[in-house]
Amino acid sequence: MVNLKIDGIEVEVPKDTMILKAAKDNRIDIPTLCNLEGLISYGGCRLCLVEISGSSKLFPACTTPVSPGMEITTNSNKLKEYRKMTIQLLLSERTHICSVCVANDHCELQSLANQLGVDHTIFERNWTKEEIDSTHDFLVIDRNRCILCTRCIRVCDEIEGVHTLDLRLRGKDAQIIMDMDNQWINSCSCTSCRKCSNVCPVGAIYIEGEPVSHTKKKDIVEFIKTRRNRK
Amino acid sequence: MKKTKVSTIWLSGCSGCHMSFLDQDELLLELAKKIQMVYSPLMDIKTFPENVDLTLIEGAVANEEQQNLLKEARKKTKILISLGDCAVTGNVTALRNAWSDSDQAVLKKAYMEKSNKNGQIPTDVPKLLKKVRPIHEVVNVDYFIPGCPPPAGVINYVLTELLAGKTPNMEGRSKYG
Repeated sequence: MVNLKIDGIEVEVPKDTMILKAAKDNRIDIPTLCNLEGLISYGGCRLCLVEISGSSKLFPACTTPVSPGMEITTNSNKLKEYRKMTIQLLLSERTHICSVCVANDHCELQSLANQLGVDHTIFERNWTKEEIDSTHDFLVIDRNRCILCTRCIRVCDEIEGVHTLDLRLRGKDAQIIMDMDNQWINSCSCTSCRKCSNVCPVGAIYIEGEPVSHTKKKDIVEFIKTRRNRK
Repeated sequence: MKKTKVSTIWLSGCSGCHMSFLDQDELLLELAKKIQMVYSPLMDIKTFPENVDLTLIEGAVANEEQQNLLKEARKKTKILISLGDCAVTGNVTALRNAWSDSDQAVLKKAYMEKSNKNGQIPTDVPKLLKKVRPIHEVVNVDYFIPGCPPPAGVINYVLTELLAGKTPNMEGRSKYG
């Protein structure tokens, strides 16, 4: 076991625990977007950045393991400002229009923006015209709403085990693709298991004709954990 | 007590934010004791008055007439507030920005392609801007109330705080979409 302090509270967690998990187990909430319990951490969204005393750098809580005597701050004014900035960058990068989005009121990006009090973006918005693929029988991907958290790619690879989804290009141009950049209907590996739509934090992957409130079931995390722990 | 002079402006939006403003219902009576409306689409007045204390702006900036009105309002107002998603982000109004030459493209689509016969683009209306802009990309904005529409309670909270000389805190209160 390792002893450390999170926001001034003494906690004891098993060795090699990530800071995010250690905080969560002690009821300290750190906002995340790309992290999903049960999937391998990616550290892409940078919302879970925390301060560790003795270092001027910020550390992503989801990929930084605890060490004895650590003193961690999860909610300073500096971190709040950084998180607000990150949300603003995400909102500006592609066409995020909550009022006409299938995930309105069920979107993690939207609820984080509200929670953190992001009332506008200081960056000029990009009005992207990325490709929408609705060729699949019921799954649809609207890449304009994608925040590139790669949850869909990881659940497809790690849990369903088919690795249909992947990334093409880099930076802001990155795109979620099926197989070798096929249309979804031509993907021979996709099993139509719907897990990608279950884990998508925004309205990028959804099921046609089904309310997103049904699609984004919270028990997907329980399901993933059960599958992970199966002997 | 001197009443605070308040104006509201309706640019490119659906008037839903003004509806939400009216949705304050009985709280409007409390507000009415403290404010005096001096310019609004809800009133019959044609020119923007001088020395306004507070202006609420609904809608994005989509044409030259709106841009001019907005700049005039900024000059004559102490506190300027973006009201609703169109004013804050561009929202649905700005979806045309994804098209190249969006001002011409949107007119062509509406008046030529969708016309049954003799389609023509009107010339006696204000010229569209190349891109639809949220308010704060054109003038300085003091406060933002996002939402499509913003909840009446949040509008009331912001106004009440400002009338009391306090700064509203949007943490946990803003609501996109």
